[in-house]
Amino acid sequence: MNAIECLDLTKTYRGFTLDHITFSLPAGCILGLVGENGAGKSTTLNLLMNAISRDGGTVRLLGTDNQSPEFLQTKQDIGVVLDEACLPDAITPTELGRIMSMTYTRWDQPLYESYLKRFGLPRAKRFRSLSRGMRMKLAIAAALSHHARLLLLDEATSGLDPMVREEVLDVFNEFTREEDHSILLSSHIISDLEKICDYIAFLHQGKLILFAEKDRLLEEYAIVKLPPQQLAELDPAAVMGVKEGRYGAEVLVKRAQIPAHFSTEHTRLEDIILFLARQKTRV
Amino acid sequence: MNIIISNANNKPIYEQIFTQIRDQILSGDLPPGQALPSIRALAKDLRVSVITTKRAYEELEKAGYVYTVPAKGSYVAEKNTQLVREAYLTRIEEHLQQILPLADSCGLGEEELVEMLRLLYHDKR
Repeated sequence: MNAIECLDLTKTYRGFTLDHITFSLPAGCILGLVGENGAGKSTTLNLLMNAISRDGGTVRLLGTDNQSPEFLQTKQDIGVVLDEACLPDAITPTELGRIMSMTYTRWDQPLYESYLKRFGLPRAKRFRSLSRGMRMKLAIAAALSHHARLLLLDEATSGLDPMVREEVLDVFNEFTREEDHSILLSSHIISDLEKICDYIAFLHQGKLILFAEKDRLLEEYAIVKLPPQQLAELDPAAVMGVKEGRYGAEVLVKRAQIPAHFSTEHTRLEDIILFLARQKTRV
Repeated sequence: MNIIISNANNKPIYEQIFTQIRDQILSGDLPPGQALPSIRALAKDLRVSVITTKRAYEELEKAGYVYTVPAKGSYVAEKNTQLVREAYLTRIEEHLQQILPLADSCGLGEEELVEMLRLLYHDKR
């Protein structure tokens, strides 16, 4: 089964169009959604939850059309964390737990409290006096505490310090130990996504320009550094992007199509995405 | 079972998993009948993609090192001598293949290469 099926999803604002987004995420997998500010990540997440109106397309989450009446029930199985954790200023973590227990039929208070403890969240502190990182952790704790099968997380790791980020990523990794648990995680911190994702989607100016298995991308592409005059030795079909510097060039290549004596650098997902993005923007 | 995933290693991750499990099966560290961790558990513990561990297991199964019981899991297959020999041949080939680009880059020809190997071979005996 697919956790997410998104077909031709379209939304137009003045000066921005989310343009026929189509992808599906198999259950049990983690999808990382990357893209520059304003690429349409948050719009996509809002459309997935049917929180804003759309101009076209269909969305099925956990097998249910998100515009059907049954979707209300499906929402119980979905944990959502939005970019700006929007909660009333005066609320405390303890009070949030009480409200959530009335919203979600499978709210797990002991689990929630264990997350509060694990994330070091003060129970009695009001939301307005929590730092951005604390607010995010509170929203994540709430999203994880009603036994959801799908998590939709918008920039859930940004604003967190590296240690907490690592911890949150561990929690997400653990969450998908169950084979019907899936996550969509948007972020502009590509290294976070590289750590945990199975699939990677790249949104650019409202278009989905890449959807791929992460490890396949890392396997298929590599970066080669060489003096500019050696560029000619490379098969043009193997060259995906070139960045020329004063003393040498960096080239994104298809690993399989380059001569064996060229040594490839250890290539990070970020390098590949940045090269591909530059390529697409030029076309 | 030990599996070390290295980033410095330019081999694809599924291949690193495949080779390490294969080698441990061949050496007997993983005896026939031994249950392997589930695809999902292995992926989460190694912090790699589920798709990748699935692919490694599929390759191991295709090559005859493991067998899968639906809804139960994967197990180490009985050692097949033909298969073991085949595996060693593959490994020898892999090593030899690494030599070729090295020889190329210092202009070593076929004859010299064969001569070098012959010397090494007789030295050992």
